[in-house]
Amino acid sequence: MEFNADHFTLFELPVAFRLNAAVLDHRYREIQSRVHPDRFASAGEAERRLSLQWATRINEAYQTLKKPLSRAKYLLHLAAHDIEGDNNTLMPADFLIEQMEWREAAAEARAAGEHHELERLHHRLQRDIRERYEEIAVLLDDGHDLEQAADRVRRLMFLEKLLAEIDDAMAACEE
Amino acid sequence: MSYSVKVLDHYENPRNVGSFGKEEEGVATGMVGAPACGDVMKLQIKVGKGGVIEDAKFKTYGCGSAIASSSLVTEWVKGKTIDQALDIKNTQIADELALPPVKIHCSILAEDAIKAAVADYKKKHGEPVPA
Repeated sequence: MEFNADHFTLFELPVAFRLNAAVLDHRYREIQSRVHPDRFASAGEAERRLSLQWATRINEAYQTLKKPLSRAKYLLHLAAHDIEGDNNTLMPADFLIEQMEWREAAAEARAAGEHHELERLHHRLQRDIRERYEEIAVLLDDGHDLEQAADRVRRLMFLEKLLAEIDDAMAACEE
Repeated sequence: MSYSVKVLDHYENPRNVGSFGKEEEGVATGMVGAPACGDVMKLQIKVGKGGVIEDAKFKTYGCGSAIASSSLVTEWVKGKTIDQALDIKNTQIADELALPPVKIHCSILAEDAIKAAVADYKKKHGEPVPA
């Protein structure tokens, strides 16, 4: 195993957005048990440090690949394509208007304690998010269209944030 | 991370929250969003004679720094011409609110919202006629 290999290679997976989650989980647990610091408790200082570095490295790689948004970002990073998450503020107007409306609806439902409405928003949003990820799979794995893939990633950064907020609001309603 | 006193002030008492009616004379809208934090900001300006911004309103969904940045620029743009408003730089906003480095993008968002609103005004009305 090469410490500086990319995350996919570490888990012997193809460098692609579509991913077999079961294989990833399996390889992660396998490697994790091999490098786990507990196994090196009685080993020398250098070996213990190395095991800790490996455990951290494997964790980071697993967390990055597991979630589709971070996986897509990572693939664009490997392709040296900047998604401009910090300074690209001019998203398409229709997208931003829609985002504003979603957030207004979520805020109103939260204020009124309408759990049912929040649930409805959650499901609609989740469907939207799923569709975006299907587009990303095609754009990254089949079309190799980095520009469009980066656009979808930027949109998903808003959508995932909104989903987390809606879930927060639902939890607040249940309290 | 703790917010500065000025951020808290704008966050707790945001200035000029809301929207203008769609049909109101001289109203232009700037919509921007920052993927990094998922914040969305809408800034509206109401432009009168000589291209002077008479009023401004905002609606922001985001963190305290994003809300404070947009609240602050609604105060700053009032009384300025649209071209003067374009001179407002994100660094001035960040300085005024004492934003930490990780929140600089909130001030960039506010600066870009002004630019987007002015661009929308010019698109609708052309360059303003000097008073």
